[in-house]
Amino acid sequence: MRTISYTEALREALQEEMIINPDVFLLGEDIGIYGGAFGVTRGLLDKFGAERVRDTPISEQGFVGASIGAALAGSRPVVEIMFMDFITLAVDQMVNQAAKLHYVLGKQARCPMVLRTVGGGGRCYGPTHSQSLEAWFTHVPGLKVVAPSTPADAKGLLKAAIRDDNPVVFMEHKLLYGCRGEVSEAPDTVIPLGKARIARAGTDITLIAWSWMSAEAGRAAEEDLNTQGISAEVIDLRSLIPLDMDTIIASVKKTHRALIVQESCRTGGFGAEISARISETVYDYLDAPLLRLATPDIPLSASPALERAAIPDRSRIFEAARKLVEE
Amino acid sequence: MLNWYRTMLVMRLFEEKVERLFSDGVIRGTTHPATGQEAVAVGVCSVLKKGDYITSTHRGHGHFIARGGDPRRIMAEIFGKATGYSRGRGGSQFMADYRMGFLGGNGITGGSIPIATGAALSAKMKDTGKIAVCFFGDGASNQGTFHESLNLAGLWKLPVVYVCENNLYAMSTHVDKAIPIPYIADRAASYGFPGVVVDGNDLLAVREVMQAACIRARNGEGPTLVECKTYRHSGHSRGDQRIYRSREEEALWMTRAPIRRFRAVLIKRGALNQENDRHLRREARAIVTEAVRFAKQSPDPDPATLEEGVFA
Repeated sequence: MRTISYTEALREALQEEMIINPDVFLLGEDIGIYGGAFGVTRGLLDKFGAERVRDTPISEQGFVGASIGAALAGSRPVVEIMFMDFITLAVDQMVNQAAKLHYVLGKQARCPMVLRTVGGGGRCYGPTHSQSLEAWFTHVPGLKVVAPSTPADAKGLLKAAIRDDNPVVFMEHKLLYGCRGEVSEAPDTVIPLGKARIARAGTDITLIAWSWMSAEAGRAAEEDLNTQGISAEVIDLRSLIPLDMDTIIASVKKTHRALIVQESCRTGGFGAEISARISETVYDYLDAPLLRLATPDIPLSASPALERAAIPDRSRIFEAARKLVEE
Repeated sequence: MLNWYRTMLVMRLFEEKVERLFSDGVIRGTTHPATGQEAVAVGVCSVLKKGDYITSTHRGHGHFIARGGDPRRIMAEIFGKATGYSRGRGGSQFMADYRMGFLGGNGITGGSIPIATGAALSAKMKDTGKIAVCFFGDGASNQGTFHESLNLAGLWKLPVVYVCENNLYAMSTHVDKAIPIPYIADRAASYGFPGVVVDGNDLLAVREVMQAACIRARNGEGPTLVECKTYRHSGHSRGDQRIYRSREEEALWMTRAPIRRFRAVLIKRGALNQENDRHLRREARAIVTEAVRFAKQSPDPDPATLEEGVFA
């Protein structure tokens, strides 16, 4: 199989879905000739034209809302928010409109839109260009929340998100864009939303993560824990909503230990939800306390030293997992 | 023309009935009556074609009735019953009929302005020939959604007509305390398309302006902002004692009331006399009475369905 980057995988998904379905179109800031701030849509303007690769003014509330309206009228917009932090400017439209209309209008309305955005730190972009805000959206019934960590998942999940009849918040990660991996060339490789991936099988502890933290957990398991004789199972959630609890539960029943790793700050993060659900369902199977790794409850700094100190990484995952197993 | 008159009567009687049902404690929650704003809703809807999109507001029962919504199912929705347009889940502020392009009211002031804009974008891209009409109030014209949406619509020449129902008050706040220019319509100038002011209590005037705006939209010439000057006779919502305005002002606006004015036009033109007026009023009353009967007799939504329909 050929190897491509996460960015290329996303672009392929967009391109394939735009070819298959004329109702799919893209909009967002600087996605046309510039190709998006991270280059995901580069080249698509030439292929599909300015109608379907639509540059917008800096009006998140307006163009996210317009995406919702277009979706309600039968289009399938994929809207890009340049940094996840800017999503605050469109939260009303996502929370009070997109998420609710299907339910509150008695199943009449369908809102098949994807909001692509990029979260995460690691680039020293500072407090308003580095956040991971996915937990907010998991708290709003009616939104799906997806966060792929590999090129193959990026492509397959984005295709599934575009075909989904619900609003989907699709969270990419700055540090993943350059990562390369095997991606099938078969044109219709769709990965269903709501099915976690066992990134690595193991028997001693379950590491649960998504997005960049999933990649870091994989490295900690493969390269650090493994050499210490600890067999870690890594579950990459892929999507937070819908959440694949079955895979988590089966793993925890097997390993009896779980470490949840999230990049966002600790309080109210999605790790807390997973932790609560594990203890509600398989508490008796646990041989050690449930543990969360997270960024402390602070705004992120632009300082490389401070950013590095804030965000969980491979070595901290290794340390925390080792302690859980050995103590 | 008599049809429009009858629709205005239904709207008026419907809203009066809803207010009474609320004060009697028969229905709960909140409601925002559009009493006095009938000429805007009926005038606007009278020029639309089948399938055109409408987005409404928190004050939306009248828009729905004027568009041809079934008063029985609208009332049932206000009652929170299973037979309502939203199966009882939306209530007064969230009812819609997607088959007729009525995309629904909205609980957020200005929340539907980008949605109408997006529906117009979709219509343009799919070349369906449909247009979108977006109702909102004077208060919503201060929201970011208004300015961002009108900017997009002007930029992309979208087939949308923005209908501002300027009833002078955003809840208790008079337009003079909230908007530093005399005409909301003038805001369209920033976005490169015409803004028109019209007497919103004059049904025929609203029609005329809307006809021109819809032709522009259908011809691909872009949006229009239509500011309809009107007045809500009742309070903002249930329980509003209207302490922020004078009874004299209200009395003045009563002399400009839209139904009375349209009736005078119809009489002058020989279309209406005492006899058919009485008949039309009786019909309107019967429609509202039947709506209440239907709503009262309808079943509640089954609590077993509580978690159904979060996702499509």
